[in-house]
Amino acid sequence: MTVATKAPRGRPLLFTSYPREMSLFPTTTRKVTFGVLLAVTAVLPFMLADAELQLLATCCIAAIGAIGLGLVTGYAGQVSLGHAFFLGIGAYTASVISGDPDGRTVGFGVTNILLWLPAAGLVAGLAGVIVAPLATRLRGLYLAIVTLGLVFIGQHIFSEWSSVTGGVGVGRPAPTLEIFGYSLFTTTASVTRDQKLFWLMAGLLLVFALAARNLARSRVGRAFTAIRDRDIAAGVIGVNLARYKTIAFAVSSFYAGCAGALLFTVTGFIEPSSFSLLLSVQYIAMVLIGGAGTISGAIAGAFFITLLPRIIRELQAFLPFISTDVNEVPNVLQVESILYGVLIIVFLIFEPRGLFGLWVRARNYWKSWPFSY
Amino acid sequence: MTALVEGVFRGLGTGSVYALLALGFVIIYKATRVISFAQPALMLAGVVLVSHLAGPLGFWAALPLAALLTAVLALGIERGAVRPMVGRPAFVVAIITLGVDVAIRVVVNVFIGLDVRNVHDPWGLSSWRIGSVHVQQRHVAAFLATALLVAALFAFFRFTRMGLAMRAAADDQEAALAQGVSVGAVFALSWGLAGALAAVGGTFATAGVSFDGNLWLTALVALPVIILGGLDSLPGAVIGGLAVGVVQEVVATYQNDMPWLGGNVSVITPYVLMLVVLLVRPYGLFGTREVERV
Repeated sequence: MTVATKAPRGRPLLFTSYPREMSLFPTTTRKVTFGVLLAVTAVLPFMLADAELQLLATCCIAAIGAIGLGLVTGYAGQVSLGHAFFLGIGAYTASVISGDPDGRTVGFGVTNILLWLPAAGLVAGLAGVIVAPLATRLRGLYLAIVTLGLVFIGQHIFSEWSSVTGGVGVGRPAPTLEIFGYSLFTTTASVTRDQKLFWLMAGLLLVFALAARNLARSRVGRAFTAIRDRDIAAGVIGVNLARYKTIAFAVSSFYAGCAGALLFTVTGFIEPSSFSLLLSVQYIAMVLIGGAGTISGAIAGAFFITLLPRIIRELQAFLPFISTDVNEVPNVLQVESILYGVLIIVFLIFEPRGLFGLWVRARNYWKSWPFSY
Repeated sequence: MTALVEGVFRGLGTGSVYALLALGFVIIYKATRVISFAQPALMLAGVVLVSHLAGPLGFWAALPLAALLTAVLALGIERGAVRPMVGRPAFVVAIITLGVDVAIRVVVNVFIGLDVRNVHDPWGLSSWRIGSVHVQQRHVAAFLATALLVAALFAFFRFTRMGLAMRAAADDQEAALAQGVSVGAVFALSWGLAGALAAVGGTFATAGVSFDGNLWLTALVALPVIILGGLDSLPGAVIGGLAVGVVQEVVATYQNDMPWLGGNVSVITPYVLMLVVLLVRPYGLFGTREVERV
């Protein structure tokens, strides 16, 4: 008997084999959407101003980090408030490797991104493996508090180890964006700095997102979801809990390390106090607002949260009671912080599946139009 | 030796504050099975209320009034953000309280402003001398207040009808409901109690010194405390709080002899202590081991 690999004509949602249902792009619509998105990404740098491109590049980097957190929290169900710690490890590993050997802070002067980016991910991933034994022993809220402790311990190390981090209030330069001597961070006659930046970050996001999607639909990904849904049941059916929780933390930290390494290349400077609890909360917000347990949700959440300050600044034109002056109440910074909190609450109460859930609702509405269900 | 004894006394003072804050976390956890990350915001709100009310009313009138108002705020949070989530996973509710915390602290920070604020407490930095040991009055006051509140709480849980209802609900919510206990009232009361405790704890934490928006970090130390003592153990919260306070202050006394750890290592000792204890006892010193049925 042969396994049918193509959908019957006219019925794209009828899956006749498991491999086809689990394939990367199970429907034609998804293939087309993905292609359109790629095309838009490729031409976007010619249509937007440099400032916007820089912002979108930051969104892409944040999305890599959010995908990482989404893997451990959304897929494997292990709540981690320690994402800022792993971002920090990645950022400092990369900047030490690519740093100026004669500079004020430690540096080895290896500026090739192909070296420092994987190294940052691997060191952070190793830190994740070291933390994982705690995760295999603890569950739920205990784990959340322990990972919160990691952020404070990390902050102490980052602010005190000034030969590496430059110390509080001073900081150190971010890693150099360069590949085999070709600088990705300078404006040339044909392309501007921010165009290069956007393409690079969008390309990296594509690689990381596809890798995560592939991981999620593999044996490992199924083990993750089994652990999330009921860890004891997963253990009973033969999922090695310790092993897969360790893998979840390692992969998540690898993503965080890479995101951390890239995150500060845009601004060019790393300040130790950036890796605070607030950063962790932002990433949690990205995952939850985007939609836990989906890759596209994590990306949408990352874009939404990163663009939030900008959105508020645009809204400020319509809502004149919000002031841009930081000494007045309410100012844009306050509105922004409150919105982080309020958006988390509102989404969790009214749409737990996040932005992804909103999209599913909209899609289902039009699919069954004009009938409601 | 004198330095060590003084460190221990200071530790008992700050430890009392941690114990009060930790009691709030544990009471909420026992009643609702949720860790409230909103406690730091409640504490900050309580302290700010005391600092604003103490001017016109005096410290002793301001403290209970602020505790009461903070309890009302906590009731509001419970009603608005936590009650709709009954039956959802504990982690989701915890993240909601995290959102509440972020939002409330922004509002409270407006009332702190840029000035240096203090709670106008009667102790300041004055101290008593016992032999060669100096003991600050504010630490003695914090310890006595905590002892009083802990005794009152234990009496409340042990001897009153509502206390019995709370213990019943903590034991088994459905069975308590079936016996006519209003579990909603238990939820509300636990949040109210936790809010009031946070306000009192925060006030003693900042007695004698001024405070700013960063005071909320003090409340987070209660998290390692409750992990250390066990999430569902009231005595664990008190003992854990005092233990963490003493260890922290003793480390603070000797941290200058260990410069390779970096300055102010005492700030993170509670978290390190928590990690060490968890590796040995995953359910804390006094917590009940969780038994899961498949």
